[in-house]
Amino acid sequence: MIKARLTLFRLSAATMPYLGSEDTVRELRRALCNPNVQSDQLRYRNAILKVIRAMSQGVDVSGLFSEMVKACATVDIVQKKLVYVFLCSYATLNPELSLLVINTLRKDCQDPNPMVRSLALRNMTNLRLPSLVEYVEQPLTAGLKDRAASVRRVAVLGWAKLHNLQTNSEIDAAVVNELYSLLRDPDPVVMVNCLRALEEILKEEGGVAINKPITHHLLNRLKECDIWGQCEVLRTLQRYRPQSEDELFDILSLLDASLVSPHPPVMAATLSLFLSLCPGVPAVSQAALERVRGPLLATCGSVSREMRFTALCHIQLLLRSLPGLMGAHYKRFFCGYAEPAYIKQRKMQVLVELVNDDNVAMLLDELRGYCTDVNTDTAQAAISALVSSCVILCGLGAGHIGRSYSDRCLEILIGLLGLKQEHITSAVVQTMRDLVWVCPQCSDTVCLAVEGCEETLQDGQGRQALLWLLGVYGERVSSAPYTLEVFIDGVRCEASLGVKMELLTASMRLFLCRPAEMQDMLGRLLHYCIEEETDICVRDQALLYYRLLHCGIEETRKVLQGRRSDPSLGVLIGRPAEPISQWACSFNTLEPLRQGAMETESASRGSPEHVTFDPKRNNDPSDTLNCGHDEEALHSGSDSAIVRTDSTADVLGSSLTVPLSLSVSPALSPEEFELLWLQPQVLHTEQGPEKMKADKDCVCVEEHVRCPEILHCSPQSLQAAMQLVNIQTLAFTPPHALPLRVYLYTHTQRARVAVTPHSTLILGELLYTGEGNQKVGQVDGGVVVVEGREDEQMKEGEQATADGLSGRDTGRTDREQDGVKVTLKQHPRDENALKGFLSILTTVLHTLSSESD
Amino acid sequence: MISQVFILSSKGDHLIYKDFRGEAGSDVVSIFYEMVTALTGDQPPVVMSHKDLHFVHVRQGGLYWVATTTADSSPFTVVEFLNRLTALVKDYCGTLSEKSVQMNFALIYELLDEVVDYGYVQTTSSDVLKNFIQTEAVSSRPFSLFDLSNVGLFGAETQQNKVAPSSASARPIQSSREQGVLMKADVQGEIRVKCYMPSCSEMRIGLNEEFSIGKSQLRGYGAAVRVDECSFHQAVRLDEFDSHRILRLCPSQGEQTVMQYQLSDNLPSAPPFRLFPTIERDNGGRLLMYMKLRCDLPPKTAAINVCASVPVPKGSVSLSQELSSPDQSAELKPQSRAVVWEIPRFPGGTQLSALFKLDVPGLSSASMLEVGPVGLSFELPKITATGLQVRFLRLSPVQPGPSQRWVRYVTHSDSYTIRV
Repeated sequence: MIKARLTLFRLSAATMPYLGSEDTVRELRRALCNPNVQSDQLRYRNAILKVIRAMSQGVDVSGLFSEMVKACATVDIVQKKLVYVFLCSYATLNPELSLLVINTLRKDCQDPNPMVRSLALRNMTNLRLPSLVEYVEQPLTAGLKDRAASVRRVAVLGWAKLHNLQTNSEIDAAVVNELYSLLRDPDPVVMVNCLRALEEILKEEGGVAINKPITHHLLNRLKECDIWGQCEVLRTLQRYRPQSEDELFDILSLLDASLVSPHPPVMAATLSLFLSLCPGVPAVSQAALERVRGPLLATCGSVSREMRFTALCHIQLLLRSLPGLMGAHYKRFFCGYAEPAYIKQRKMQVLVELVNDDNVAMLLDELRGYCTDVNTDTAQAAISALVSSCVILCGLGAGHIGRSYSDRCLEILIGLLGLKQEHITSAVVQTMRDLVWVCPQCSDTVCLAVEGCEETLQDGQGRQALLWLLGVYGERVSSAPYTLEVFIDGVRCEASLGVKMELLTASMRLFLCRPAEMQDMLGRLLHYCIEEETDICVRDQALLYYRLLHCGIEETRKVLQGRRSDPSLGVLIGRPAEPISQWACSFNTLEPLRQGAMETESASRGSPEHVTFDPKRNNDPSDTLNCGHDEEALHSGSDSAIVRTDSTADVLGSSLTVPLSLSVSPALSPEEFELLWLQPQVLHTEQGPEKMKADKDCVCVEEHVRCPEILHCSPQSLQAAMQLVNIQTLAFTPPHALPLRVYLYTHTQRARVAVTPHSTLILGELLYTGEGNQKVGQVDGGVVVVEGREDEQMKEGEQATADGLSGRDTGRTDREQDGVKVTLKQHPRDENALKGFLSILTTVLHTLSSESD
Repeated sequence: MISQVFILSSKGDHLIYKDFRGEAGSDVVSIFYEMVTALTGDQPPVVMSHKDLHFVHVRQGGLYWVATTTADSSPFTVVEFLNRLTALVKDYCGTLSEKSVQMNFALIYELLDEVVDYGYVQTTSSDVLKNFIQTEAVSSRPFSLFDLSNVGLFGAETQQNKVAPSSASARPIQSSREQGVLMKADVQGEIRVKCYMPSCSEMRIGLNEEFSIGKSQLRGYGAAVRVDECSFHQAVRLDEFDSHRILRLCPSQGEQTVMQYQLSDNLPSAPPFRLFPTIERDNGGRLLMYMKLRCDLPPKTAAINVCASVPVPKGSVSLSQELSSPDQSAELKPQSRAVVWEIPRFPGGTQLSALFKLDVPGLSSASMLEVGPVGLSFELPKITATGLQVRFLRLSPVQPGPSQRWVRYVTHSDSYTIRV
């Protein structure tokens, strides 16, 4: 490879005939040693140039080291610079020979020309040879006191390089003091370099000391620095904590001008400093974000694409806390046709966030234009952006406007199917599947649209999505059996495992609602899968369905007809604004620029049942919601017809002493749940029910919550309500069946000791046996079995709640029979967290039942 | 803090490699290039990571300018640094290309050495740097009659020993889209000064008297020249700006942006081009596109290098065209799925037409939808979209010896899209 490149170069430069790498070195050596060349300054310089050129092209020219050392002793500065480039690259390979250079360098440090002095000093420290340290220290010390600022700049950083060469050695206190005093150097670059050097030398102590005098000194000299210096100073000051509010506001007003600086690096560094100076004053940070809007938008229109991209990524961060920040400026995020794909995708992500009543028509039109982009990634991103905005519109939804525009959205998607292009159709079908899962009201239109698009679908993902839609909504798609028939006939040549599995499920589902049309082909499919299929997963699934059919049609229906949609996910998309502190630490780092890249990779999706389509995942790594927010979420959710909260929520919320946050991640699969659930059960039976067991790391609690109307609320709304407080429901019995069972889990996180957050996993079962067949003996309306040391308190708490409640629904007489039995298991044991969780759960259940009243 | 800087050609040739901190080996260059080539498409993301290494790059002049850095460094700073570096190299070498970088590698090493020390940017001011840089630039441009378009302002001056004149150029970038009505228009402009006076004390740039900023402020009685937002280089003194619209500055040698401005939506003049398309299928299953393109510039001016790109249905096989004059050309680009219609010169107030006949096997009515928005790229010399003018350009005190000055206006399209 290198040789090939060399040839090319040679031919173009026409300097020498082609020679191999070794020959090159030999040839170069001959030129360097030639006394005729050495005596002619220009020819000598040219020979050296050739060496450097070979070096930067990757040829190993380290063999010429001694010749180059000789070339170092010259009065020609250009030649000196070239030789130093060479020496610094190869010094570590030739420590002994490098000693020869030191003399020349030290002599140069005495040169009357400051340029020569600084050059020698810089390269002396760039050799990176620990053995040379003793020779370097003296000139460096002298350099700190040099008349020329350029020499002092080099000397200051030289100490940092020296320190990093021998990190374990003692730091000379005199040097550190000298560096601190040089912070007052008249040259601003020397000052900034001192900051940088001290940061590195004192890394173990946490960097340069930032006290009040230093801070104010730096702030006062900020204007003298160029933009690089300003960024450095602003960054270092992030560690400063002002002693009083007055001081804080003095600093902030001093910095106001740099906040709206036309130089993006300064603007970003200032905002970063603002956010770290006043984490406790949200109003200030918010004002700063608004102030920075103008410059950020200007950066979004910068000539440099990379700069535009950087600004866009940071705007996304800002929008997480202030969703309305850019609303009026949505046109700034329209894509230009010549922009690279990575910018277009970011812009679309931003556009979706900005959808509101006023701009929705324009935005949808714009997004439609991107769907036919030549770049398939961009086209797919545009399609999913369309669907996300559709979901948001459905969520805004009860309103007439939201409704009519989500129709418009669907219209656009259906129009795209008409193009009959593989990648577009596939993306549209996949997003439609996600759409009906979240917004079931769109299903009619979708059912009409999917007819006939199987011809253009080629990839596995797209066909899987189509099959899922046909299975679940098959009774409304008239051609569904014929489409499936095509798939079933072609099953032999089917390569994708996912498609086969989905085909089985879809055929079974369709069979349940259209048995006459499906019977024959389902038989063929099952026969093929059981008899001829080689893949064990497909075969097992086919066998399972076969046996299931033996159990009777009703049983089959129970198993197969699961949920069709999950509207709660849609509600969550209108997520609450995050506090600024969530992202402040990643502002102005590379982090926001990298996030998007990972998102696009995780594009592979299965059926929605198996997918956690959690919109928050994209933005928030910790994915937790803490209690305070739960209450807000409950309040704000009131128009979504899911949860209507009342005063009990507040009472319970405030009774929690420990801040507790719940989180549904990491996700728990049903299998893991079952395993964990059954494990303590065994323990339980062994020891006998009387003394149930708080064993070391797991606790099991049973609890009764009075929740009379739980039966009347649909599983969907129950699930949605649980989702709002980050409790994941894993499984439940069909609506109106008795006994009603719901299985759920969550992770609690609680800052028990300030330092280590403590997290536990809680698994739970809700059991409502109904009036008729009460199986569990109940002691009273409150608690039946509560174990553990401090559970007495909890009992009281529960009593109190129950009493508080009974004040409200006095109409309820039959308290015993309305109880929902809650069984909870916790790993590891943490009573306070469990207690907190119980009170949240109780709140949700009460809220639900009071809603159905 | 920057650990390494390297420059790669688009084919992966190592042009420049400089290690500032000695933290990672030189194999990072090949790691970077492998990551770039592993990606589909030719637009790798700005930030890429490999273990603890973080690459930030910009693409300029067909080259990758890459810096490796730590995760917590500011992307704004690193990107700005790389942009500044490319600007410096362009200042010194005349043009940015693989060839000019190759020929001037010694100079670039020298530049890097002075600009960055131990990963920290020391200075990027060409004023300061000119005292340190000793190597002479090598002109990469062999003399060629065909290359006259390339004799830019820049290379010529650097060669003439920097006794060259100063100039200001306004360069608005226009981006608009329309659908009978104008939907969105954004103009971003800047005044750049290129100055090669060996010592220049003060320069005064006078703008239109009626120039106004923001919506409320209106000046004078003539047609107002208005921009939404405006920002200035920090060295610009604005004491005469409010009264007389005069910018005062002491320019340093090289190129610098003195003023940047933006204008959205309310353009003072009509958009420069209008398109009247007719699209239909003929009996033989061919797609007929009849395009009438009208240039609404003032009659004495002209747009140059106009290039219209019309997206066509996938699977279009061949194109036959009828163009209204022989200097135009049209070509079907199957890769980008578009017909590219090029017009070298388009005088104001005139109209051109073209008839494209496309053979598309299996043409359906749905594929007509794929004939998407038409993108235009063009250059408008002597015109600014906002109407901003430079009234005068003066040096004080008057320089002895020869000095030339010029003012050049040009508008480049950034994204000019017309919906069909």
